Amino acid sequence: MSENVIDVKDLKIRYRCLNKMSIKKSLLSLKKSKTEVFEAVRGVSFSVAEGEILGIVGKNGSGKSTMLRAIAGIFAADEGTIDLHGHSVSLLSIGVGFQKRLTGKENIYLSGMLLGFSEEEIRAKMKEIIEFSELGDFINRPVKTYSSGMYSKLAFSITAILETDIMLIDEVLSVGDSKFKKKSFKKMKELIMNDKRTVIIVSHSSETIANLCTSVLWLHEGHVKMRGTPEEVLPVYEEFMS
Amino acid sequence: MKKFIRDLNKYYKYGIYSAKSELKSEIANSHLSWLWWILDPLLFMLVYTFISAIVFSTREEFFPVFVFIGLSAWTFFEKTVKQSVRLVSSNSAIVSKVYIPKYILVFVKMYVNGFKMLISFSIVVIMMVIYRVPVSYKLIYIIPLFFVLFLITFGFSTIMLHFGVFVEDLSNVINVVLRLMFYLSGVFYAIGNKNIPEPIRTLLLKLNPVAFVMDQLRNCMIYPYKSTQDFYTLGLWFLLGTLLSVIGVRTIYKYENSYVKVI
Repeated sequence: MSENVIDVKDLKIRYRCLNKMSIKKSLLSLKKSKTEVFEAVRGVSFSVAEGEILGIVGKNGSGKSTMLRAIAGIFAADEGTIDLHGHSVSLLSIGVGFQKRLTGKENIYLSGMLLGFSEEEIRAKMKEIIEFSELGDFINRPVKTYSSGMYSKLAFSITAILETDIMLIDEVLSVGDSKFKKKSFKKMKELIMNDKRTVIIVSHSSETIANLCTSVLWLHEGHVKMRGTPEEVLPVYEEFMS
Repeated sequence: MKKFIRDLNKYYKYGIYSAKSELKSEIANSHLSWLWWILDPLLFMLVYTFISAIVFSTREEFFPVFVFIGLSAWTFFEKTVKQSVRLVSSNSAIVSKVYIPKYILVFVKMYVNGFKMLISFSIVVIMMVIYRVPVSYKLIYIIPLFFVLFLITFGFSTIMLHFGVFVEDLSNVINVVLRLMFYLSGVFYAIGNKNIPEPIRTLLLKLNPVAFVMDQLRNCMIYPYKSTQDFYTLGLWFLLGTLLSVIGVRTIYKYENSYVKVI
């Protein structure tokens, strides 16, 4: 067995309905408004081994995306721990930190640096990104002139080509026209198939999961309902959902 | 503290790049583009000079330069603090997708506003030449003064950033407070020369960090032979600014992961 890359223990995440307060409101109602607590993830434990491709399934609101964000370090866990053993992680997300008035090239730097890459690393990959995005001359024009398809192509290329140890993917496999979709799916597969890389995919599409993943985690209302290989879990899940 | 340095090391490059691209995108779209960075402070200087020289008949030596120095320093402080209040929600696209220490966003704003301040201070220098302002070695004191100004701005901004996330109408309050502070800071009058009764005058000058820095900047830049520098108060504000920054950064570290849940 290879070593674990991610260890999640007893993870609980709550949304205290910390609804923004305003000074006016708090003056008018001096009593402290009760805070409703909504627990999105209720004690989930699992671990992911190196090179594993984990698919997370579950119906809407079962805490999938919340958990993914917690692993990416955007959310704080209220209870329990997430141990990444020092690996770099990125949430594959579309167009982080884009400045719409700037050119595509500049946005590649901006987005890449935000994901924690150095300028040299980005420069080294620049050509590959531009090629993959199929934007051609548009790369030197402001992003605001892009069509929405071009925009997401660029964004996808950035995150697909700048690689991290752990990739978290949240339903972004449908990008651009069907040709680019096929290409990105292939690229995705290629990225994922790399033995070293650990991937977590959240998706509603059983087909995607069956195609890409080596194991599946089924979340239901904040709990782990099932964990196993796609062959074991998916049929039960499909049946449950229909 | 260790974490602060490590994160700073990791993200400062992004901060600088992001600030540069913000500046770039600012000029990308307007017709006079970068000219506005010069015109904006220049026109406001004319407004305040006109109001106080004609309407209130203020008599200060090198009055336009006097106003310009005050205005540049004030604008830097005001803009940074004001923008910090809404910083997390205006950057929600970034904040909800990647982890970034939130005070880096304050640095970005300070860089952008600091760059604009640099431009308006170069105009100050040009004006000093035109008005033949006597210069002395004391000019060197602007370095610690600017440093303290940055420190205090950073301290205030980080704390504002934190509360701005949770308190929705904080920006309204801050606008009023800043406006009051603006009039009290003596941007277009000299606190020291007005007929303000004594304890209040000193309090106005020393309790308000921006007024203090402004006053000292003018002393060393345009009145070097008439005034002295107050290093004691400067030292105190340096300590206080450090304290504020430490508190701000610590609070942000403690709570930043719950910001996303609120916005």
